[in-house]
Amino acid sequence: MNQDIYVVIEHLRGQVADISYLMLVGARALAQTTGGEVIAVLLGHDAQGLANNMAANKVLYVDHPALAEFTSDAYQKTLAGLIREREPRAVLFASSSIGADVSGVLSARLNLPLISSCQSFSADGRPISQICGGKIMAESDLPDTTTLLTMIPGGYKPEEGQSGKAPEIIKMEAPSLDNLRVTLKQYIEPEAGDVDISKEPIIISVGRGIQNQDNIEIAEELAKALGGVVAASRPVVDQGWMSTSRLVGKSGKKVKPKIYLALGISGAPEHVEGMGESEVIIAINTDTNAPIFNVAKYGTTIDLFDLVPALTEKLREIKKA
Amino acid sequence: MNIVALFKLVPDLVEELEIDQNGTALNTDFLRLIINEFDDHAIEQAILLKERSGARVSVLGPDIEGADDVLYTAASKGADQVIKLTGDFQGKANNHAMARAVASTLKELQADLILTGVQANTDLDGSMGALLAEYLDMPYVGYVSGVNTVDGKVVARKEYPGGLVAEMEIKLPAVLGIQAAEQPPRYVAVSKVRQAMKTATIEERPLAEADLSGGSTIHRMFKPEAGTRAEMIEGSADEVAARLVGIFKEIGVL
Repeated sequence: MNQDIYVVIEHLRGQVADISYLMLVGARALAQTTGGEVIAVLLGHDAQGLANNMAANKVLYVDHPALAEFTSDAYQKTLAGLIREREPRAVLFASSSIGADVSGVLSARLNLPLISSCQSFSADGRPISQICGGKIMAESDLPDTTTLLTMIPGGYKPEEGQSGKAPEIIKMEAPSLDNLRVTLKQYIEPEAGDVDISKEPIIISVGRGIQNQDNIEIAEELAKALGGVVAASRPVVDQGWMSTSRLVGKSGKKVKPKIYLALGISGAPEHVEGMGESEVIIAINTDTNAPIFNVAKYGTTIDLFDLVPALTEKLREIKKA
Repeated sequence: MNIVALFKLVPDLVEELEIDQNGTALNTDFLRLIINEFDDHAIEQAILLKERSGARVSVLGPDIEGADDVLYTAASKGADQVIKLTGDFQGKANNHAMARAVASTLKELQADLILTGVQANTDLDGSMGALLAEYLDMPYVGYVSGVNTVDGKVVARKEYPGGLVAEMEIKLPAVLGIQAAEQPPRYVAVSKVRQAMKTATIEERPLAEADLSGGSTIHRMFKPEAGTRAEMIEGSADEVAARLVGIFKEIGVL
């Protein structure tokens, strides 16, 4: 085993995901405790150019037509060979639709430990994970063998993972990628929706605390009075109460409004991933311990069903005056 | 086709969570457990597939408090077989251990398609589905929000950020990590669940001893530091509303 930290770069349709750069920053922090280098691992087809701005000591690039688009099987086969052969100290994956499909399978296949939902590393290189919807942090020992980790946002800034200087790129041989069990048939574009919430300056967002579909009306009334739009967290969209085009979070849109009013949203990491960079977050939640209060600038535990109508009324009066 | 939906029970996050005296685990004394919501979606997806194209649905999970409720509810929704996995799980078993142990039970059931939640709020060593798939030498696709079966294959809708969906074709047998069923988990009346308690039988299958390798050792557990906690606004609805109006003005949105 060497002391290098590998980062599996996540990219989709020609775009490198922010989390990839964030992981390069996390890898640098960890590499400082192990004394190794930061190595980006890029899989793709004619995708070498994606590596040019990566803040890494080196980039290992594997090119193969079967890697042009992500499929779990092809990524697993390619990375299994590479990790087995090179034995880095740790390999970072994104805790995402791509990284989570690969990391668990590789942990079982290569018999290597896996630590998930890691947000940052302690000064002595221990991974710190966020679990229980953001309510609990768990600091783990870094096992004495090549360790796989999945990373969530929040601990490092993606901008710091970019560099003006192109890193050295080393081309690696791809393994045989025939007889894959998983193939991409097609992409289905997101619903356009009537508004693009990622461009809206004022967002009133509803979560599980809204209780039922009829209650969404009070959020709509507030949005109208304040001049904003209504968005939602995952449980509300899964219930079919609002369209997917209004979903904020990991699987939905990333928003950065001037003001984000969170009504009955607990603030699970998957949601925060989509709204954490809003300029001012105001959280209304009756649970004093809701993690949303750790990202909000202002908060209140007053019942949203008491507060929202009162607030709407005040705003209407101001508009009238 | 044999479809197996696998569930686990996780802390109800509405309740306050406490850390035990050693500072390395959750205090389970007063911990209220509920079904992992993604697993609930996995069960729903299994039932939907059965209704649409015919299948035998088995639902299984570990034998801890609350498991019977989940299993009888699944039976009342239309599961053909409900199974409780007996063994020592309280607090200790990580996903690697569970996946290894469950794999042999799943082989006995000759599962063609295994559905489980894409993640659980206590996952610290990856998700159940991905580990299980590899121990069973089956392909895995996670973040799935819709499944169709077509001649020995499934086509799954895999979610990416921003609402993008990839249609993935996967050879069976396979394991899918479910993000959301095609419709929200159906509600069943308590009377129907009671009826299932009389007619359905929960099978028990023992699990092999837990092999925890592959998981992590927790050095310490703590609650997030409240260094950046929100400024809390107190008062009546009217007073809080007035303060919020003031904040809107400060920000310049009014």
